[in-house]
Amino acid sequence: MQQPADADHDHLVIAGRPFRSRLFLGTGKFPSNASLAAAIAASGTEMVTVALRRVDPTASEDILDALPPEGVLLLTNTSGADDAEEAVRLARLARAAGLPTWIKLEITPEPRYLLPDPVETLKAAEVLCADGFTVLPYVNADPVLCKRLEEVGCATVMPLGSWIGSNQGLRTRAALEIIIEQSLVPVVVDAGIGAPSQAAEAMELGADAVLVNTAIGTAGDPAAMAAAFRLAVEAGRRGFLAGLPGPARAAAASSPLTGFLS
Amino acid sequence: MATVPVILEPRAEELPPESAAADVMAFLDGGLDRLLERAGGATAADVDRSVRASRRGLDDLAVLLSAPAADRLEDLAAAAHELTVRRFGRVVRLFAPLYLSNVCASTCTYCGFSAENEIARRTLSVDEVGAEARALRHRGFRHLLLVSGEHARIVSKDYLVECVRAVAAEVPSVSVEVQVWDTPTYRRLVDAGCEGLVVYQETYDRRTYAATHLRGKKRNYPWRLAAPDRGAAAGMRHLGVGALLGLHDDWRADALTVGAHAQALVRRWWRCQVTVSLPRLRPAAGGFEPARPVDDRELVQLVCALRLVLPDVGLSLSTRESPEMRDGLARLGVTQMSAGSHTEPGGYAAESEAEPQFEISDTRSPAEVASALRRAGYDPVWMDTIGPRRG
Repeated sequence: MQQPADADHDHLVIAGRPFRSRLFLGTGKFPSNASLAAAIAASGTEMVTVALRRVDPTASEDILDALPPEGVLLLTNTSGADDAEEAVRLARLARAAGLPTWIKLEITPEPRYLLPDPVETLKAAEVLCADGFTVLPYVNADPVLCKRLEEVGCATVMPLGSWIGSNQGLRTRAALEIIIEQSLVPVVVDAGIGAPSQAAEAMELGADAVLVNTAIGTAGDPAAMAAAFRLAVEAGRRGFLAGLPGPARAAAASSPLTGFLS
Repeated sequence: MATVPVILEPRAEELPPESAAADVMAFLDGGLDRLLERAGGATAADVDRSVRASRRGLDDLAVLLSAPAADRLEDLAAAAHELTVRRFGRVVRLFAPLYLSNVCASTCTYCGFSAENEIARRTLSVDEVGAEARALRHRGFRHLLLVSGEHARIVSKDYLVECVRAVAAEVPSVSVEVQVWDTPTYRRLVDAGCEGLVVYQETYDRRTYAATHLRGKKRNYPWRLAAPDRGAAAGMRHLGVGALLGLHDDWRADALTVGAHAQALVRRWWRCQVTVSLPRLRPAAGGFEPARPVDDRELVQLVCALRLVLPDVGLSLSTRESPEMRDGLARLGVTQMSAGSHTEPGGYAAESEAEPQFEISDTRSPAEVASALRRAGYDPVWMDTIGPRRG
């Protein structure tokens, strides 16, 4: 978790690289490359993640064609990998293809909920960090796993709010609070964020950024939804920096606790 | 006249960049002044917000230590009590200090063991240390803290390793509060059966530190500051830090910094249990006068504020405090206490002629302390450990 800072000079720094936008975008599920490009522009994002399995340099129109050439960092993801070995292979393929060495590490062995495998994720993270990659792992909201990933050198942790594509928001809120409190690297809430209000909630909790895909990619108007998320992320962040007041508590104690001082 | 020049600025090998000590140095050079201003300018509304907040940070610590917060002491106490019961239960762990030696090569102006003081000196043999541990075990203790003056030849690494081994044969939980060492030495202590390391920085204010530590190895401020990091790296399960309240003339500055240190240790060494001690200066040989005594209300405010901002951190209180203060503070956030203490080497197994480090105030026996806690609805816990890390 980063310490609160002045809202006007509030950059997120990941592995030494500053980001003005705290909204990261996934690129699946968009109806067209054109709508993806419009959503990227409207979101103000500076990092988008692309599944290596979607990249086809031989196609006439590839997903990479939708990406603006400058200012937006491409985060290759290993989606589709079942285990550490596959994820490491995909990351190295991406590097060999000349893509950036920033990797969203995503290992989801079961196809229904696409929940991340914690054991394989930690193994792959260790290998990739040692191999010089900048690793951003997608994980369950497990505070101890997040500390272990931080220890092997991951640049962020990206715990899920709820499972991918579920639009259920921060079902893991209590665990996210612990992760945010404990983490020494930025915390990006990834997956499950289905509405701008949920993105704002994550930012109010103190998350450093959110990664959104389904809610924007499947919206009636993806670009308009991207703009709404942009505002929500900024509002939530500013709310966090301003210092949210806690709930009022009922007054208590019948006998004074400081009576021994008299 | 000093044998070792005072060292206040760190050398890289003494202060690794990714350490709690480095975090504290950055805090001293940056955040502290801002937080002191925050405390100085805090309003009643600020206090209200910090008391009600569901999560609190060092900004809240500054507010909760402020003068307007002192006017709300009962509210602070209620919140601290509720949080302590929720996190720790109605439980206080008891431990005893076991003094190995009052021989000391350092001159520290406030300490009864200070090298210049003409006092009766004594270093226990390893067999005597074992006998002390046995006597304490018979009184119920299972957690012992080995304490010593600083003398690298008389209270050597090898001696300490042997003492830890002798005490670990008697009780399951051994911690040390001795001169600071390097990581390999701490590893030897862990291997011998030590699970905890206590190092008070005494004061975090570098000017006061230099003025009160006149001779000896303790003059190296950053090396001492980074000792908990080295202990954690060596496998210590428990880390204790503290400031000697009254040494620095601005107790809030030391309170804020010890809070920042504990917070940094929790974050850097997430496997360790961190405990903060809040000793107030007591009369001792040498006749040192506190620069600014911390009064009872201020100590209560400090306990409550630290509990509210660091809900998972242990708070430790010694027999320096009166029975009334100790019984009262157990309800507000203190989680462990020494009891029936002798602060001179020897004295548990037999009478000792050696000079104590300081006078104690709570002279009740361990059994009396335990029954007072029980009467207040608290469980005095003697045993709470699975022992040191192995291998």
